[in-house]
Amino acid sequence: MCAKLTKALDKSLWVFHVNSGSCNGCDIEILAALTPRYDAERFGVHLVGTPRHADVLLVTGPVTRDMEEKLKRIYEMTPDPKVVIAVGTCGVSGGVFHESYNLVGPIDRVIPVDIYVPGCPPRPEAIIDAVVKAWLKLERLRGEGGEQ
Amino acid sequence: MINLIYGIAGTFVLGVFAILFGLSVKGIDRKISARMQWRIGPPLRQPFRDVRKLLLKDNVLPDNAVPWIYNAAPIICLASLITILLFIPIGSIPAVLGSSGDIIVVLYLLIVPSIAIIVGGFSSGSPFASVGAQREMVLLISYELPLSMIIFTFAWAYSVLYPGIPALSFSTFEKYPIWNQFSPIGMFGVGIFLIIALLVTTAEMAKIPFDIPEAETEIAEGVFVEYSGRNFALFYLADAVKIVVLSAIIIAIFFPYNLSPWLSAYITLPHWLWYVVDVLFFMLKVVVLSIIAVTFLRTALARLKVDQIVRIYWFHLFIAGVAAMILIALDTMGVL
Repeated sequence: MCAKLTKALDKSLWVFHVNSGSCNGCDIEILAALTPRYDAERFGVHLVGTPRHADVLLVTGPVTRDMEEKLKRIYEMTPDPKVVIAVGTCGVSGGVFHESYNLVGPIDRVIPVDIYVPGCPPRPEAIIDAVVKAWLKLERLRGEGGEQ
Repeated sequence: MINLIYGIAGTFVLGVFAILFGLSVKGIDRKISARMQWRIGPPLRQPFRDVRKLLLKDNVLPDNAVPWIYNAAPIICLASLITILLFIPIGSIPAVLGSSGDIIVVLYLLIVPSIAIIVGGFSSGSPFASVGAQREMVLLISYELPLSMIIFTFAWAYSVLYPGIPALSFSTFEKYPIWNQFSPIGMFGVGIFLIIALLVTTAEMAKIPFDIPEAETEIAEGVFVEYSGRNFALFYLADAVKIVVLSAIIIAIFFPYNLSPWLSAYITLPHWLWYVVDVLFFMLKVVVLSIIAVTFLRTALARLKVDQIVRIYWFHLFIAGVAAMILIALDTMGVL
């Protein structure tokens, strides 16, 4: 991971949205973040339709048994370097569904999560803030690259 | 030997110019689209950032892709677009390969980028990409008919009005601008053809409302679904160069005007500076055309269905084209 690489990523983060069993509340807030009112595109954030183009995975909801394998596949399909953001309380901890029999658990039990956005649902500002701050993780990677 | 060096240097300079200018046009397009929605929008250099990022990302090769076709398609797509630019005059600079090809060559070369996208889509081994490639084929078949109607009507009119000149050469279009050849009735026909040409540009760019091959909400970016990293960056650059190429074709056919013959009566400038002035004027025309043909339509409209697009091109635009053809024909033959 060279320094040049992560620096280029800072201001051009393409987002792929995965619903791993959410109630749609967080998804609506993600869509709200993309509307002209919040204008995520001014930070270079761009919603893409395939994980192959994505730099950031926005994952909402607790992971259901059905979605576990698919979520892992989507994570592996995303080219490096990538950031995973868990949006909403369910994705962070399981939320009100944490005891449910058809859940695998919160997102970080299935794929590594870098940024957590709690809230039920989180405000669009919080989601934009998380995506823009994804560069903090990239900065960390840059530090690691510097040591090599 | 001199010709060879001129050709190579011209290709290089034009390629760099087209890529940098195309990305800037893309930036302007995104900014104006944002403004139309009362947003602030990304900075103008956002496409440059996107390309730099894409070039540094992982280049994934899917397991069931055909590697050599999959990797060659983006290169062919970009290279063929830059090749087209070699046949089109830029401002008052004559085309680099102007003596070895005319509009027919451009018409044929214009198919190559779409073919490259189709082949790349089929070779990536994803069902979404296959559907996207088939839709790209439908789109290609749809807009070819109105596009060739425009060019052959004009060529026919030139061959009648000025017997003995190369009617399909861009230099003819530049010497005798199409608007000056007809009475108002013929000019109305030319106006209809201009609208058709702008709509063909939108489809050729595969932008909303004609973006069925890469409809990201239904078929997950369609033909580009498996492309990432360097390969996708090349497609991104090809998309940026494409708007320059298509606008340059419309400019060469409909607006081959330069500033230098008009302004040189009032201002004296060194010889080489007039070329710069004309190229800047050309760039202005490209920006205006791209805003009309791409930005306005893509921001104001929604995506059409496959059958609706075919109907628009084969029925509505064909009828409009035939009407324009008849008007121009009557005018050329002096019936009116």
